[in-house]
This record gives sequence, C-alpha cells and structure tokens, in this order.
Amino acid sequence: MYRKKVISAIAAAATLGMLVAGCANQTAPSGTETSGGGGRINIPAISKVDVPAGAVLPAGDGKGTCPSTTTIAYAGAETGPNAQLGINIFNGIQLAINQHNAANPGCQVQFKKFDTEGDPNKATGPVTQIVSEPDIVGVVGLPFSGESKATGNIFEQKGLVHITPSATNPSLTKNGWTTFFRALGNDAVQGPAAAKFLTDKLQAKKVYLVQDDSDYGIGLGTTTSQALGSAMVGSDKVVTGQKDFSAVISKIMNAKADTVYYAGYYAEGAPFDQQLVAKGFTGSFVGPDGVKDDQFIKLAGDASSNSYFTCPCIPGELIPSFESEYKKLANAEPGTYSIEGYDAVTVLLSGIDKGKQSRADLLSWVKSYDADGLSKHYKWDSTGELATPDVYGYKVENGKIVPIGVIGK
Amino acid sequence: MISEVIPTLLHSVPVDDTWITFDVNSFTQNFWSSTFDGLTFGAIYALVALGYTLVYGVLNLINFAHSEVFITGCYGVFFTLSALNFGPSAPRLGFWAIVGNLVLALIVAIIASALMAVIVERVAYKPLRQRKAPRLAFLITAIGVSFAIQYTIYWWRGPSPEAALTMFRPLAIFDVFGTIVDSQQVVIVIAAIILMIATDQFIRRSRTGRGIRAVAQDPDTATLMGVNKEKIIVTTFIIGGILAGAAALFYVMKIPSGVQYNGGFILGVKAFAAAVLGGIGNVRGALLGGLLIGLIGNYGQVLLGSSQWTDVVAFVVLVLVLIVRPEGVLGSSLGKSKA
Repeated sequence: MYRKKVISAIAAAATLGMLVAGCANQTAPSGTETSGGGGRINIPAISKVDVPAGAVLPAGDGKGTCPSTTTIAYAGAETGPNAQLGINIFNGIQLAINQHNAANPGCQVQFKKFDTEGDPNKATGPVTQIVSEPDIVGVVGLPFSGESKATGNIFEQKGLVHITPSATNPSLTKNGWTTFFRALGNDAVQGPAAAKFLTDKLQAKKVYLVQDDSDYGIGLGTTTSQALGSAMVGSDKVVTGQKDFSAVISKIMNAKADTVYYAGYYAEGAPFDQQLVAKGFTGSFVGPDGVKDDQFIKLAGDASSNSYFTCPCIPGELIPSFESEYKKLANAEPGTYSIEGYDAVTVLLSGIDKGKQSRADLLSWVKSYDADGLSKHYKWDSTGELATPDVYGYKVENGKIVPIGVIGK
Repeated sequence: MISEVIPTLLHSVPVDDTWITFDVNSFTQNFWSSTFDGLTFGAIYALVALGYTLVYGVLNLINFAHSEVFITGCYGVFFTLSALNFGPSAPRLGFWAIVGNLVLALIVAIIASALMAVIVERVAYKPLRQRKAPRLAFLITAIGVSFAIQYTIYWWRGPSPEAALTMFRPLAIFDVFGTIVDSQQVVIVIAAIILMIATDQFIRRSRTGRGIRAVAQDPDTATLMGVNKEKIIVTTFIIGGILAGAAALFYVMKIPSGVQYNGGFILGVKAFAAAVLGGIGNVRGALLGGLLIGLIGNYGQVLLGSSQWTDVVAFVVLVLVLIVRPEGVLGSSLGKSKA
C-alpha cells in the first residue's frame, strides 16, 4: 500500500516539474537571433585578405635533397578537451609537408605527431621524447601557452628549434630562450586590440572580464583589463574544467554589463556563453583565439549567435589556394591557426631544402629568416617575436565563424 | 613527477598581487542568487548522496562507483533527448511534447542508472561478499570499478563533452529581493525534495524499507527473522540508481554540456561529502548535507571572488563540522531510525 503512495508521490513530483518546465518553454521568446536591448552592432564580414605576392611556399624549387630520415615533429593537443585547436594546426602542417614531398623527390621529410593533450603537466613527457630523437631537426609547437612554458627549457637544453603557431602569452619570449619562435602576435598585442575592438567597434560601455586559470587566460586577462580601463565594470575568474557558471553569471547580471570578454579556451567558454544567454543576458560575448573554433558553436548552440572573437590569426579560409588544398586533406574548412601551422613548417622546410639539416643549422636559419609566408611576413627579433603582427576580428554569422577584418596591430 | 615539477620551478608562475581577498560587497549583492543556485545544486547533490548513504547504511561500503551510476544516467538522458532532436538550442515544441520527452528521458535515465547499479553490485561486490573478503577489498574494488567504467566511456565517447542539450528555456517565475527565481531552479528543487521525501517514507513505512533498516541494523539477525538479505541489497542499489537517474536529468537540465566521461567524478565526491556531512547512513542527513554543500560552496565562491574557491570552502567546512560532530550533523542512523 505504501509503495503505491510512493509511486503516486513520484508521479506527482514529475508532473509538477514538467508543468513548470512546459510553461517556461511555451511563453519563452523563440530564437536568440533578436538582439537584446543593448542593440547589437552589425559589422559586415570580409570576403578576402591580401596575400603577399612573393610568399614562400612549401614546394620550394623542387630541387631539395635531404636524408630520408629527416624529420619534423608536431607537439601539441591531438586529444583532450581543446583538441580541435591542435587538429587545425597539424592538418595545416601535414598539408605543407605533403606539398613539399610531392614537389621534391630528393627530399622526403618525415612528419611525427606527439600528443600533449594541451596539458602543461602532460607535455613534458612527449617533448622529452622529441628532443631525444636525433632525426627530429625542427618542431612546430607547442600550441598552448601553459605547455609552452613548461617545456621551453627542454628544447633550449637540446638546441632544438621550435615555432609555436598559436601560443600567445607575452612572457614566453622573456625566458631567455634562444630556440623559441612565435609565428603570430602575442597577447600584449591582442589584449589592447581586443579592448579597442570592444569599446570602439562594439561600442561597449560596461565590459565584464572573465578569465580562466591557465597561463594564457591570466596573461590575456591582464593585458586586456589594463587596456580597457574604466570601461571594465568587473572581473572574475573561472577554473579549467568548470561546468557551472551561475555565480559568475549572477555577478555579470548584477553589474548590468553589456559585453562579456572571456579570456580562456572554448571548453569552458562555450558552456559559459550558453548558460549566460539562458539566464537572459542580451549583450555580446567576445572571446579570444582560444575560443574561436567551430567547437564553440557546436557546444554553445544558438547562444553563440551573440559572439565575436579576437585572434592574432589570419583567416586562412579566405586564401583560395590554401583553402581548397586544405579541404581536400582534412575534409573540413581551415580552422584557427591552420595557416599559421602551415607557414611555420614552411619556414623549417625551406631551411631543410637549403641544406640546413642539423639542429644547429636549422636554428640559425630560422634566426636569420626574413621572408613572406602566406599569412604574413616572418622575421623574428632576438627574443623570438615577430615585428608587426595583425589581430583579426571574427563574428558568428548563421552558425559559422566569419572574419570581420583587422582590428589591431 | 620530478620532470613535471622542475619546469614550473624554473619559471615563476604568474599570480595576482593578492591571492586571497574577501569581497563582502559582492557577497551581499549576490546573496540571493547564490542562495537559489546553491539550493539547486544542493538538491542534485542530495539525490546522488542518497545512493551513497543507502548503500553505506546497508553494507558499510562506500560505493565509489556511484558517480559512474550517475553519469550513466546522464548518457541515458543525452541519447534519449538527442534521438528526440533536442540540441544546444532550446527546442520549439509545445507544452505536452516537452513534458512527454522529458518524462521519457527520465525513464531511460532511471533504467540506465539502476541497471548500472545492479551490474556493479553483481559483478564487483557480490562475489567478494560470497567469499567473505575483508572490508579493504571492497573499497579498492569500488575505486577500481569507478575507473573502469569511467575509462570505458572515455574509450567509447572520447575526451570531449557531448554537445549541449537544452531542455527548455528557463523562465522567470517570481522575484525575491530583486533576484529572479527561474522555472529551472523551481523544477529541480521541488522535484528533488519530493523524490527525497518519497524515499524517506518508503524506507520508514514500506515492508521493503523495514527490511533495509533491519539489514542495516544487524544483517545476521535480519536474515534469521526471514529477511532476504541479498534481495534487500539489490533493492538498495536499485533505489540508489533510480535517484541517481533522476539526478542525472536535473543535472543535464542545469548543466547542458555536463555529459562527459569524467563528469560524474567531482559531483560524486561532493555528493559523498554531503552524505558524510549530514551523517552517512541517514536519509534525511543526505538531504540536509546536499543542500548545505551546495549553499556553502556557492557562498564561498562569491565571498572569495573566484570559482577556484567553491570546493575549497565546501571541504573546509566539511572538515570543521566533522571535528565538532564526527557522526555528521544528523548522525548516522539508517538502522536506528524509528518506524
């Protein structure tokens, strides 16, 4: 008898719950395309970028010769919560190596991938393995700032040149490393560019800045908040792996912020934006390069239509020759940093074709490198930074990320 | 280990100037919103905590695999709703369509979780019981089963979370001191509390409940009095599984992107802490402990100004409470509770 009571109680609970749930849905506005009270700014997408005329391409002159053991490695995320950012890069590398090997029968460069899961704690193992393999003469990686910081010394000790296609923490070039090169702008450039984008282009009056606990998030959060000045009405921190953002969101709502800037990766950024919109936030959500990936849209759904991105990356999808070849290889559009990965390995490949086939030779080749790549001009200063890298803005339009032009240098 | 530590030592880690600050202003501003969110999470913790508490009461076993029983339910919800074309965006469905879909997801989640709970019991614990294994063997097995299930899911579904599933768009229902309480919070808290009252009444009043309490009090005497101990044990696991399945639905409702191979782990630890805080083995203690852990974590987070503090505060309070009351707030008493 009591059992019956229990069952009816559970049924009652379920019914009540569903009633409220149903009501909620019925009366809710449909779709998030309508902009909130803040009046979202419409910035048109761009459809082409300028490609340097004399860009160095992986194919070279076709006369390269090298030992068959010559190997280039990629170290970075192949799996892990932010794996897609790594996959974009090594597909770009793979494309360049395929093109090089097809054009140079005398020089078949091997390509090896080492998975770090993007985790600083896990990256030291694979990197130690890389430096102990004598055939590896150059490395593209590591993609993330935290893992780059954790492994820079290992490369330095063994004199192995490595070009990061995407790590943007400014302090990485201040460690005195001579083997570290950055193929893009750092967050000392991205932070101020983002701040300018927020206050000028998006006309944000009240920006709420949220950063994660990675080296990348902390560094970018700092440079952005300094540049924002009084336009920032508050800031908060989240942790890697966080799933519930309700406390942060209630602070944002109480501060009446019109724009949120999130310094971190998409694994946390996507659920954050999704929950933010679900709580009724009608302003814009702006994320950096770590958030700019289709995975963000997949994980956040409709909520992502309020999103913009800042990124020191060049929209590779707008370079037709690169786009079509990449698509053939990866069966997908070029992603964030695909072109940077492609360009970075091209620098190494051109050196190998010129006979720089030992670690020491290839290192000095990169040090004195001074030529155009598909995405930009490559010439590093003594710390491994480029001279004037561009920062691009992007936005979500009809469920796709599209570039909206250069937002800063 | 060493190779991991050295690079960190060689480069100074960037930290903020002050590593701990108390933001009383933010706390007073966000007091009500963190209360409501704390209660919502607390209700979910409490449902999962019941599974720990019941099994502990009957077997004196900490079933570490219970967090995987819970995540199995989450996958049940995910696959059901995905098959019904739910996605990251709130569905545009009529009232009864949503009710029907969610009830279906609830049923699948409950079946999945209960089934997983029974499998764990049959495969991992029953053989040990029959061979009269020492207590420690159960504990290690429990941890082992937990990892085995976790990494089976990892192998099957990969490391990334599943795409978000929005069940319905939360709607403001009423306003408390300027803070909006939404339909999602109301649904979760009310449904969870009703489920817990039902469980409590079931344990206290039904014949099976009497059997559960008898086995918790003294398994041998209970067996002599005609209680089928093995049947009672399986029933206990099933009840825990049912509640974990319901918790899974509410969890995915609250955290649409929470379905991930290790998504149950931290939640399981917190639910276990809730059970201990309330008094392990005590059904009402699980409810109280769950709500307390939810609230304390959220308050700590707002007061100290960063999400990094949620777990620190919750567990420090747990330790402090246990120093004063080692048996938990309400004491451990599944066997002793009055009929």
